[in-house]
Amino acid sequence: MMQTQYVGSPVKRKEDPRLIKGESTYLDDIKLPGMLYAAFLRSSYPHAKIKRIDVSQALTLEGVVAVYTGKDLKDAVGPLVVESINRGSKVPSHYPLAVDEVKFVGEPVAVVVAEDRYVAKDALERIIVEYEPLPAVVDPEKALEDEAPKVHEDYEDNVCFRWKKAFGDVEQSFSNADEVIEARFRIQRLAPTAMEPRGVVAHYDALNRILTIWSSTQFPHKLRTWVATSLNWPENRIRVITPEVGGGFGSKLNHYPEEVVIPYLAVKLGRPVKWFEERRENLQATTHGRDMIAYVKAAVKRDGKILGLKVRLIADLGAYNYVYTQDNPLVAARMIPGCYKLESIELDVVGVFTNKIATDAYRGAGRPEASYIIERTVDRIARKLGIDPAEIRRRNFIQPSEFPYKTVTKFVYDTGNYEAALNKALELLKYSEVRAEQERLRGEGRYIGVGLSSFVEVCNFSYQSASVRVEPTGKVLVFTSTSPHGQGEETAFAQIVADVFGVDMDSVQVIHGDTLAIPYGWGTAGSWTLTSGGNAILKACKEIREKMLKIAAAKLEARPEDLEMREGRIFVKDAPDKSLSFEEVAGIAYDPESIPEGMEIGLATTSFYVPNLTFPFGAYAAVVEVFPESGEVKLLKLVLVNDVGKVVNPMLVEGQVHGGAAQAIGQAIYEEIAYTEDGVLLTDTLSEYLIPTAVEIPWMITDRTETPAPNPLGTKGVGEMGAIGLAQAIVNAVEDALTPFDVKIEDTPVTPAYLWKLVNAEKKE
Amino acid sequence: MYVRSFQYLAPKTVKEAVTLLNKLGGEAKVIAGGQSLVPLMKLRLATPSYLIDLNRVKGLDYIKDQKNRILIGALTRHAAIENSDLIKEHVPIMAEAASHIADPQVRNLGTIGGSLAHCDPAGDWGAVVIALNGEVKITGPRKDRVMKIDDFFIDTYQPNLKKGEILTEVRIPKPQPNSGGAYLKLERRAGDFATAGVAAQLTLDVDGVCRYAGIGLTALGPTSLRARKAEKTLLGRKVDDNSIEEAAEAAAEESKPTDDPLRGSAEYKRAMARVLTRRALKLALARATGGGA
Amino acid sequence: MARKKQLLETAETYVSVSMKVNGVPCSAKIEPRTLLVHFLRDVLGLTGTHWGCDTGNCGACTVIMNGKSVKSCNIFAVQADGAEIITIEGLAKDGQLHPIQEAFWENHGLQCGFCTPGFIMQAYWLLQQNPNPTEEEVRRGISGNICRCTGYQNIVKAILTAAEKMKR
Repeated sequence: MMQTQYVGSPVKRKEDPRLIKGESTYLDDIKLPGMLYAAFLRSSYPHAKIKRIDVSQALTLEGVVAVYTGKDLKDAVGPLVVESINRGSKVPSHYPLAVDEVKFVGEPVAVVVAEDRYVAKDALERIIVEYEPLPAVVDPEKALEDEAPKVHEDYEDNVCFRWKKAFGDVEQSFSNADEVIEARFRIQRLAPTAMEPRGVVAHYDALNRILTIWSSTQFPHKLRTWVATSLNWPENRIRVITPEVGGGFGSKLNHYPEEVVIPYLAVKLGRPVKWFEERRENLQATTHGRDMIAYVKAAVKRDGKILGLKVRLIADLGAYNYVYTQDNPLVAARMIPGCYKLESIELDVVGVFTNKIATDAYRGAGRPEASYIIERTVDRIARKLGIDPAEIRRRNFIQPSEFPYKTVTKFVYDTGNYEAALNKALELLKYSEVRAEQERLRGEGRYIGVGLSSFVEVCNFSYQSASVRVEPTGKVLVFTSTSPHGQGEETAFAQIVADVFGVDMDSVQVIHGDTLAIPYGWGTAGSWTLTSGGNAILKACKEIREKMLKIAAAKLEARPEDLEMREGRIFVKDAPDKSLSFEEVAGIAYDPESIPEGMEIGLATTSFYVPNLTFPFGAYAAVVEVFPESGEVKLLKLVLVNDVGKVVNPMLVEGQVHGGAAQAIGQAIYEEIAYTEDGVLLTDTLSEYLIPTAVEIPWMITDRTETPAPNPLGTKGVGEMGAIGLAQAIVNAVEDALTPFDVKIEDTPVTPAYLWKLVNAEKKE
Repeated sequence: MYVRSFQYLAPKTVKEAVTLLNKLGGEAKVIAGGQSLVPLMKLRLATPSYLIDLNRVKGLDYIKDQKNRILIGALTRHAAIENSDLIKEHVPIMAEAASHIADPQVRNLGTIGGSLAHCDPAGDWGAVVIALNGEVKITGPRKDRVMKIDDFFIDTYQPNLKKGEILTEVRIPKPQPNSGGAYLKLERRAGDFATAGVAAQLTLDVDGVCRYAGIGLTALGPTSLRARKAEKTLLGRKVDDNSIEEAAEAAAEESKPTDDPLRGSAEYKRAMARVLTRRALKLALARATGGGA
Repeated sequence: MARKKQLLETAETYVSVSMKVNGVPCSAKIEPRTLLVHFLRDVLGLTGTHWGCDTGNCGACTVIMNGKSVKSCNIFAVQADGAEIITIEGLAKDGQLHPIQEAFWENHGLQCGFCTPGFIMQAYWLLQQNPNPTEEEVRRGISGNICRCTGYQNIVKAILTAAEKMKR
């Protein structure tokens, strides 16, 4: 029997003491003897030929050790790895330092290595680069026009890939429709902006021939493989360590130029080298997210039943493909059906090259786009047909009895009860009261609006490893291939492990982020850490537990199935006076003299867990007030009901939801990566890229329903929920508030200037 | 994040500072609170060879009551103005404006003199000092100059300072009884530079007729602006919804906003000049007549 | 003229600075361009103070200087000559967490922890200014600090809890 002493309770985090005292070690806190510092010269042009680079003046600066350009490194440092490649797609070679041409602002052109950082930066100013500017294209729709400048000269156009597919009989759905509703939605470009920028330290140990790379990454093992590939270096002689990582949100799961160049330099120069990103570099050249435009046609019956959809999705991929760049629009497309039963859907997805840094994963990675598109569409349909937005959702939901449910796009949803979540949200919102208040205030010339979002997402795309060791003193070491960086799994995993062994959580130490110690796995992203990593750990723990029970059974002269582990001891169930301590059994396991005959010494095992996809869901609701004279939006109330399957630590779940929701609020109202028409980045500081502060984020009401997933832990995933579900509820609410003005919101963020323009354009007409 | 090398000079007196600045001219920058300058230096957008730090200069950090006016030393921090009882008593609009500048940490270091001398049209103090009809004292190699705040702003980032001159004091005439003011700014997010801002200060006589009107505009032109026509619209008239609406219209007309791809079009900002002037005047009126928060 | 010359000669490539950091006197010769945050981190090895932007927006570098919270990336170390500085490392006394640190832990007021020292130092100043803040005052008081993980709700909760604790 597994004890559930810790699982399910809001245990305080094991991570926190080191963090609240400022004692932990983040990337930039690493200091090695003889360490050098690198700085990258980056293109200020969105598109240009590099005619000439003169580094001589930089080299003469005191303290400068070396300067390299793209040409210098081309033969030694191979192109960066791209993993997601659609059939027929174009994948341009991407060298870490631009060789002949720069294709976006912020692309690295040269690297300086110096005795200190200030000197490295000084040296950058002494490098002369002669550029020949080329026309740039930043708008993905313009990039598709015949006359558009080409991002890659060798290709006939700017289309990276096109994926067109019909599921079900789309034409029939449309011919059976009473109405066809059309809409265009643009989701802006966003910057994940982890508070800790990226960074890399590399050190080459010539004695053991081990290249050690510390990187602020979400994917230590993957990074090791990618570096091994692009440096052509044996993977078993690379060690990747993640120190404390200050957030990632998808921006740290890539194969970045600096993560190859810095290790190369450490080997080449024979000294440790560090690079730590500045915020401007982060906003210029760390992957962005979202940036998609959807054209939607919905075939609906008069009663609100949605029959089918046609969606054309244009995804701005930027100049190069990064590792998973191509994935996001496809995940988005396939998840568009959301919580609803559709007969058919036609998807036409175009990935487009532009002169910008690549888009790749950003918290949600495709699912926020999908849910945004369908939930905004559903609201438009409701308005057109005069049906309450809650009611129209109910009429289209997949029903609880229908799970597992195979969607029209061939996902198999595991479990769900969408109406229960929506009803709970409406109850917490006091929906009918809010509607009455809305009516009353309109009479006073005030505009409040209500927006809903019922959403489902897909997660657990990866397998994970776990090694578990119970040491001779009964202390437990857990090694996980996940690489948490704020999510709190050191705590959640310890809760799971402590319960399996019936020991105190303090006896459990969770280790992550060291490829030398930990078997291969994917790291942390995609809301998969708990389910994928946790089930791997659970599996390993159960194996060890079984062995310990066997040992104890032999010693206590009982059958293993009659024993139980709790409170740090192993008892005979019916004779609790007969027991051994957990430590004693661990000791026996390591003692050849006393271990039962025929049993192998030691308590250590490794397991891998390949998860099935899980489908967490929820229902969010927003109440906003809009001030038409200025375009300002005020968030009055947010309700977030989530179903993440079984909950290991409700405090952590709530924290994840809050954080994701804040990012969705940013997406809905504040944040946008903006380029000028000719490719200059306008938002390269946090003065202009507007992450909401505590003033903009209101108090959030959270609650849960709990529909366990069919896996041993019963968990689904939580990390991206808030970011996936909320933006569309807010924008729906804003559009609802402005009903008297009959505006259609196509763009996000809904800034004051944008809303004002919409309201006043309507007025003029 | 890594500033270009400079030589650091920390004069102890205004005279020393002036002497240094006069000698070094354009190669030197004066640093007061540094909350605008240091970020520019970190981005290497400002690269002075010499930095003259006023923070060691004695006697520039004060708020003094001098008969019919209040004297504020150039080195007075925004937070000090925000929390000053003297300011709250006589010119609460200044405390209100101070509380809207950037964020608390920036207000703990940033100074009124530094902010005005930076001459950023999006800086908040310009409009407020305009609305209060304040003056600035300039100390230089020759004799001190005192000028109306209006004359201090020449153009964006161009204060009316000659070689070697430093802004040393801000002088605010105390408003008469039955006065009220308000500073409102539209910001995209807490701490953001204003999309548009309006400072309005009114003095009424017993009949509610406007005896003084000061209206300053933030981020609505190349410098902080005075909305002269709007002021004139109100002077000698009863301040009511009609006159306020006319003044708001006038302020919008005389604003000179430019298109900004992030904060909004000139058209939008002009409309906001109207909205904010209206809101600020209504609040100022309420405060002048004893109401309003 | 001699006076002017003398003044200019005081400008040197390296300058001496002394300050008291967490009660400990320390001094060093540094380049004037050294930011206070770099001085604390690189010279003194106090790496609990972080930095997360170039422009003084994020507040991760917040420390207390002469009793006021400041962004240590927005001031040169030489300007802090003679100052008293408190950093995150100086809050816990004799192994005992400061009530604000405790409250952040208890209320899950942090996730990745990178912004946390800045928030805790800002809260430390805020609660000295205003020992009984409302939720709104807390939110305004920390508006110069950015957190990308928590959505601020538990940070606000933690600071309100800390205010209660500190009254006891």
